[in-house]
Amino acid sequence: MEHIVIIGNGISGITCARHIRKNSDAKITVISAESEYFFSRTALMYVYMGHMKWNHLKPYEDWFWEKNRIELKTGFVEKIDFEEKMLHFSSEEMMNYDKLVLATGSVYNKFGWEGQDLKGVQGLVSKQDLELLEKNTKNCKKAVIIGGGLIGVELAEMLKTRNIEVTFLIREEAFWHNVLPIQDAEMISKHIKSHGVDLREKTELDKIVANENGRVKSIIINSGEEIECHLVGLCTGVRPNIDFLKNSHLETDKGILVDTFLQTNIKDVYAIGDCAQLKQPLSHRKPIEAVWYAGRMMGEALAQTLTGNKMPYKPGNWFNSAKFFDIEYQTYGNVSAKPGDDEMHFHWQHKDNTKAITIAFDANSNKFLGINTFGIRMRHSVFDQWLNENRKINHVLANLKQANFDPEFYTRYEKDIFKSFKENLKKA
Amino acid sequence: MSKLEHNMSLTAEAPAKLSTTQRLASGIGLVGLFILVLAVANVNFPNKTLFLSLSLGLIAAGTIIFANDLYLGKHEGIKNDGVWFKSLTGRGFWAWILGITLTLFYIVLYWYPQYLGLNADGENTGIISLFDPLSQFISGNPASQWFVYGTLYTLAILIFGYKFILKYRNNRYEVIRTFSVMFFQLGFAFLLPEILIRLNQPYYNPANIWPLNYDLFTDYKINEFLSAGNVGVIMLAFGLISIFVITPILTYKYGKRWYCSWVCGCGGLAETAGDPYRQLSNKSQYAWKIERWVIHSVLVFVTVMTIAVLYSFLGDSANDFWLTKDVFLWGTAGFLTLLFAVIMIFKRKELAQDAKYGAIGYLVVILSIISLNYFSGNGNIFSFGGYQLREWYGFLIGAAFSGVIGVGFYPIFGSRVWCRYGCPMAAILGMQQRLFSRFRITTNGGQCISCGNCSTYCEMGIDVRAYAQKGENIVRSSCVGCGICSAVCPRGVLKLENDDMDGRINSEEVMLGNDVDLMDLVNQKSK
Repeated sequence: MEHIVIIGNGISGITCARHIRKNSDAKITVISAESEYFFSRTALMYVYMGHMKWNHLKPYEDWFWEKNRIELKTGFVEKIDFEEKMLHFSSEEMMNYDKLVLATGSVYNKFGWEGQDLKGVQGLVSKQDLELLEKNTKNCKKAVIIGGGLIGVELAEMLKTRNIEVTFLIREEAFWHNVLPIQDAEMISKHIKSHGVDLREKTELDKIVANENGRVKSIIINSGEEIECHLVGLCTGVRPNIDFLKNSHLETDKGILVDTFLQTNIKDVYAIGDCAQLKQPLSHRKPIEAVWYAGRMMGEALAQTLTGNKMPYKPGNWFNSAKFFDIEYQTYGNVSAKPGDDEMHFHWQHKDNTKAITIAFDANSNKFLGINTFGIRMRHSVFDQWLNENRKINHVLANLKQANFDPEFYTRYEKDIFKSFKENLKKA
Repeated sequence: MSKLEHNMSLTAEAPAKLSTTQRLASGIGLVGLFILVLAVANVNFPNKTLFLSLSLGLIAAGTIIFANDLYLGKHEGIKNDGVWFKSLTGRGFWAWILGITLTLFYIVLYWYPQYLGLNADGENTGIISLFDPLSQFISGNPASQWFVYGTLYTLAILIFGYKFILKYRNNRYEVIRTFSVMFFQLGFAFLLPEILIRLNQPYYNPANIWPLNYDLFTDYKINEFLSAGNVGVIMLAFGLISIFVITPILTYKYGKRWYCSWVCGCGGLAETAGDPYRQLSNKSQYAWKIERWVIHSVLVFVTVMTIAVLYSFLGDSANDFWLTKDVFLWGTAGFLTLLFAVIMIFKRKELAQDAKYGAIGYLVVILSIISLNYFSGNGNIFSFGGYQLREWYGFLIGAAFSGVIGVGFYPIFGSRVWCRYGCPMAAILGMQQRLFSRFRITTNGGQCISCGNCSTYCEMGIDVRAYAQKGENIVRSSCVGCGICSAVCPRGVLKLENDDMDGRINSEEVMLGNDVDLMDLVNQKSK
C-alpha cells in the first residue's frame, strides 16, 4: 500500500489528508511536533481571552483520526533523505515514505533587531507561542507590539482583555495601509485607538533593551524615545518554515518552490500552504499566500493529484476576512492599497465609524475589480459570480442588496451607499 | 493540554475581575435576595408589600446596575472575555454551589412546598406569605408556591433579558427576540392566567402548547374548560388548533425558532438567565446520540400518557357523544400510522438509517400499547391507569427533568439541557423543522476559518463548525434558531435564513474559492 506522509498538521496538511482519505485507501501519516491533534490556529487568541478552551479548538473529535485511518505521529523531522525517501526524526527514529507532502507552515519574522531574542520578546504563530505568552504576561503591565498586521491587532485585543496597556508600533501612516486603501486604514486606526490602544503610526523599532535578568525592560523607537514594557510582540509578518530543508536538493527561494501541481523539483515531493512558493503565480496573486483559505484550497487540490486525478492549483477570485476588535472585514476580488491611474475607488463610510465599503473598479471600462467591506457582511458566492461575469460597478451597486449577508432585522445601507455613489459621480 | 489551561486560570491579570461598581451592585442584589432568605426562614415581615417590593426591587436594581457597568461605556460587540476563567461560568466552585442551591430550591418547590410556607388549610407563612400582597393584587387570591416561582421566574427573564439585550445590543435580531421572550413571559405566562382567574375563567396560557403543557387534556382541565362556557370551549379549541394548524404553519415558514427562542418560557429563561452558561453544552457526537434517543422517548411517553388519560375520560356510548373510547383509540392509531407513512414515503431520503429504525420502533411501541389497552379490556395500560401514568410523567419529566435537572444544572451542563434532551414540544417542532421547514443556517462560501466560536456558544450542543467548514447548510432538528452562532462568528460566515425548500440540504465537497474545474468535478460526482 502506498504510504503518503504529510509533515505538518495545520489546515493544509489536514485538509490534504482528509481529501486523500475520501478518494483513496492509501496509508496516511501526518507528522507534527507542535500538537498531538489538529487545532484551528486562527482561534488561538480566543483561548487566551477565555472565550474557549483548548479542546474547542479541535475541529474533529479525537476518535476521528483512527476511524478515518489517518495516523498521527508526534515528532520533529530534522532531516529528509530524498534519495532514500527517508525521514530522520530528532529522536533518531526514521520513517520512509512513497509520497511526501511538506506542509510545515510559517515562523514569525525577526529582522535582526538588537535584543530580539530576550526573554519576553515573542511572536504568535504556534501553540508553543501561546503557552509562552501565558507565561510572559504573568504580572505584565505594559506591552509593545511591533508591526501592524492581522496578528498584531489580534494580539492587541488579547492583551487588552488582561488589562495590559498596549503600545502598538506601525510603520505605515495608518493601520495595514500596505493592504488597505488609506480611508479604510484610517478608520481601523481610529477604531483600534478607541479601544485604548496607544497606536503609533510611522514608528519603527530601533532596539530592545534588557534588564539585569536578561528580560526585556523597554524598547527604543526610531525617534529615540524609550518605552517601558514587559512584553514585546513581534508581529511583522511570517516567513516559510523551511530552515531544516536548506542545503538539500530541494529547490527553495523564500519558500519551497512548486509548480502549478504543487510539486517540487523532486519527484513525489510536494509542498502546500504557508511554506509553498508558486513558481508561476496567477496574475493578481502572490507567490506565497500565508492565509488559511489558500492552505485549505491547496490541500484540496493536491489531494486530487495524489489520488490519481491530476489537478493544478488554480485558486479562483481572491477573498479574505479578518476582525479588528469589533469590526468585521471581508474582501472579495482586488482592491489596491495605493491604486494606480487605471483603478478608481468608491468609498462609503457610516458616520459611526464602524461600517464602510470600498469598491474598486476600472477607470476606463467601469469593470468591477473588488470590494472591501467593514461591519457589513457580504455573500461570497455573489461576489465570486460578479467577478467571474466581469460585471460593471453600476451593476454591483444596483444589486448590492443581493449580496447582503447581515443577520435578519439589521439596518440596511444599500440605498445610502447608492445615493452616495451617485453624488460622488456628479462631483467628479 | 491540561497544563495550558491550568496556566490560564492562574493568570494574575485575569479579565474576570469585578469592578467596584459591579461589587456594589452584587451587594445590592444580595440584600434583596437576603430578604427572601429571611422570609424562607419564616421571618414574618410587618409590612409585606413594602418588603416584597424592596426585595424584588433591590434584586432588579442590582442586576441592572451590574449589567450597565459591565456593558455600557464599552464598544458594542459581543465580549465573552474570561468566560472560561470565571468560577461561576467555567464549571468552577461557585458554579457547583449555584447548581446545588438551585437544585435544592426545585426539590423543595415541587415536593416540599410546606417548607416555603404553603398551608393547605389556613394562612400562608414564610416566603409564600410574603408574596400574598402581589398575588392578591393580580388575581385576588393568596399566593401559592407556583405564584412565588412564577414571579421569580418572570423577574429573572426580565432582568437578565435586560442584561442580554445590553450584551448583544449590536445585534438587532437578538434584541428583538429578547423583547419578544420578555413580553410572552410577562404577558402570556404570568399575568394573563392570573387575570383570567380574577375574571372567574380557567387558568390558561395560550402560548403553552401540548405536549409541553401536558395537563391540557386531563379530565380536570377539560371539565374546567367545558364548564366555563364559550370562553372555555374557545380555549380548548385554540389548544387543538395550536397543535395541528398554527404550529406546523409557523414552523414551516420560520423553523421552530418562532416558538423555542421567541415565545417559550423555558427557552426564555435559558436565553436570558442561562446565557452565561450556554458554552457548557456538550458538543460530542456521543451526546448527540443520547439526545436523540432521550428526547424522542419523552415524546413517546407523553403521547401514550395523553392517549391513556383522554381514553379514560371518554365514555363508551355513542349516544352520549360521538367521540367514544373506541373511536378515539383507533382514530389516534390511524392518525399516527398515517403520519408515519407520509414521512416515510416523502421524506425517507432525508432520514438517517438510525432515525428510520427509531421511528419504526416507536410506532410499534405506541401501536402495541394501544392494542394492549384495547384487548386487555380494562382500559389500563400495563395494569395501571392513565392517571398513574400522568403522575409519573409529572414527577419524572414535568418536575425532575424540566425543573431540577433542566434549570438546576444550568451551571454544569449548560442552559438548554431540558430543551435539548427532554422537551417533547421541541421534539415535535424539531421533526417539522428537519423535514418540512424553509429554515436553515447558511454558510458564507469559503470564509469559515474553523475557529469554533459557533460550536462553543451553541446552547443546543450542535457542532455548527462541522457544517460551516464544509460550506454546508445547517439543517438540524434541535436548532432553536437563537442566532448566537451567527452573532459570535468573527468572520460573518453564518446566517439564519428562511428560503425555498429546494437545495436546503446541500453538501458540496469543495469550498468556494478553488477554481471552477474542481467545482465542476465535484458537482459531476455528486450527480
